Amino acid sequence: MTATPHTPRRLAVSDLQGSAARRRRELGVRLLFLGAASLSIVISLLIILSLAGEAWTFISQVDPALLFERGWFPRRDLYSLQTIVAGTLTVAGIGMLVAAPLGLGAAVYLSEYASPRVRRTVKPILEILAGIPSVVLGYFALRVISPTIVDQVCPGTTEGFNMAAAGIGVGILITPLIASVAEDAMYAVPRSLREASYGLGARKRTTSLRIVVPAAISGIVAALILGLSRGIGETMVVSIAAGATGGSLFSVNPCEPGQTMTAAMTALATGSDQVRGATLAFPSLFFVGLLLFAFTLVLNLVADRFVRRVRIRY
Amino acid sequence: MASTPRTQAITGAEAVRRSLEGDRSDWRSMGFHGLLVTLLVLTLGVLAWLLSVVFVNGVPVLAERGVDFLTSPLAAQPDEAGVGQAIAGSLWLMVFVAVISFPLGIGAAVYLEEYARDSWFTRFVNTVVRNLAGVPSIVYGLLGLAIFVVALGDIVGPGSASGRSLIAGGLTMAILVLPIVIITSAEALRAVPGSIREAAFGVGATRWEVVRSHVLPYAAPGIFTGTILSMARAFGETAPLVLVGAVIGGFNVQYDNIVETLQGRYTALPTTVYDWARKPPSFEGNVYAAIVVLIVVLLLVNALAIYLRNRFERRW
Repeated sequence: MTATPHTPRRLAVSDLQGSAARRRRELGVRLLFLGAASLSIVISLLIILSLAGEAWTFISQVDPALLFERGWFPRRDLYSLQTIVAGTLTVAGIGMLVAAPLGLGAAVYLSEYASPRVRRTVKPILEILAGIPSVVLGYFALRVISPTIVDQVCPGTTEGFNMAAAGIGVGILITPLIASVAEDAMYAVPRSLREASYGLGARKRTTSLRIVVPAAISGIVAALILGLSRGIGETMVVSIAAGATGGSLFSVNPCEPGQTMTAAMTALATGSDQVRGATLAFPSLFFVGLLLFAFTLVLNLVADRFVRRVRIRY
Repeated sequence: MASTPRTQAITGAEAVRRSLEGDRSDWRSMGFHGLLVTLLVLTLGVLAWLLSVVFVNGVPVLAERGVDFLTSPLAAQPDEAGVGQAIAGSLWLMVFVAVISFPLGIGAAVYLEEYARDSWFTRFVNTVVRNLAGVPSIVYGLLGLAIFVVALGDIVGPGSASGRSLIAGGLTMAILVLPIVIITSAEALRAVPGSIREAAFGVGATRWEVVRSHVLPYAAPGIFTGTILSMARAFGETAPLVLVGAVIGGFNVQYDNIVETLQGRYTALPTTVYDWARKPPSFEGNVYAAIVVLIVVLLLVNALAIYLRNRFERRW
């Protein structure tokens, strides 16, 4: 037998790679997208660096005794952190008292009771409520909620400025967030669990409360934590409705004006150029910002972990 | 008779139901149902209450002032002050958001969904993006203040603006919405089924060709909806702008060209609402009128997003 004179050349990888120009373009596009994705890491680093720099200036120069005075008056160099932390927790706490029942109630109803038509109508409306800017809610809290609701409980507040009104405003703001995260979690509970429960003769109420809610508990907890984190970081409602723009004495009384960490920052900033004076007011802005960033970051990470647990299970 | 067994069937079912439930109605279940309905109605009622208060107080002022309110600059007297500069400033901020965060955000989402393998880097970037989306907006204001206003002030806003320029505000806003754009775009990309990609790979397309000609067109409605909603979010955002120096008070400057505008001072619609909200009650009508303008814009944008979603939504 004679070997055929024509032996086919062995196929190399380079024959399948296509043109070099095409590969170069491919690499270029890939790097471009990689750059865009890495930008978020750069932004995070910038946030931490810009906050930490000035915060360090503040912490290294401030007299530690001033941090535990009885009030937050940066223009007079009084930086009582417990005042603004207490104010923040008071407002966010009131917000949660309003938002948790409203949001979870709406979530259970939409997930378990509502007909598909009601769901389709109500969910966009909740999205609209979520889209109302916080300045608008702040003004609403000051001019409407404060005189009509808060005044019933604590009459004679100073010109309507109080932490209760701000808290209710914050609560309205975070209700749609809690409702939507909790509803997602409950809606994701498999149908078979509900059917098993009905098969044992359980009522709808029993099935909702004893089967669906426990099965979705991670998501519900995540919804509440996210709501709290949002309430702590909420700025404009408090700046407008809680009063105390010049500073505040320590107070956790909802009927009184108060200062939160966020409102303290806008109050400093709207004093515009005095902020850059000789005092530590300007760096204190960043120290409070770093504190706020740390608070919300921890809450968000915890919530993230809870959300992921739901996803793994179903 | 045809009707007799029917009646018997109903009474039979009724008898079974009675024997199961007992003779009493289930008050506690009804109470629970009623409670849930009440909570939902309360939530929706708050929205209705808010909108009615705003429109009842704002629309008369708008009707009386007419176009004048929409074009007048800020002023010390309530009946002269308008939202002309504020609307212009807000529109400029939207330009920054659209030009900077949309391409960067969509690009990052394409990388995370289409290019990246499941590595520690990808997971890290995903975590970072999700956390950035949860950072309070005022912290972005501090970032803008430290970097654009103080550190880069001489470039972004030289002279009298002392760094508090439109560029500083626009860049801050662009950074603020970037994570939201990434998350919504990534979701839209994830919804495109793998078979579409495989079909394109099968005929020899490179990854970029697959993304450009197949994945992006199919994901486009979802991406548009997400980006529009993130724009709405930026439109109503106030706190970071207060920190990066949106003007509070009045300013009468006429800018001659685009560079001066970009490097000059600015204000925005929600910042104007905030400013007027802190003024004496004579400004109340103005506040409500400005809120009406703000909310009408947001409702229109939301309606557009919902329309796009329903119009182009695709079931695979």
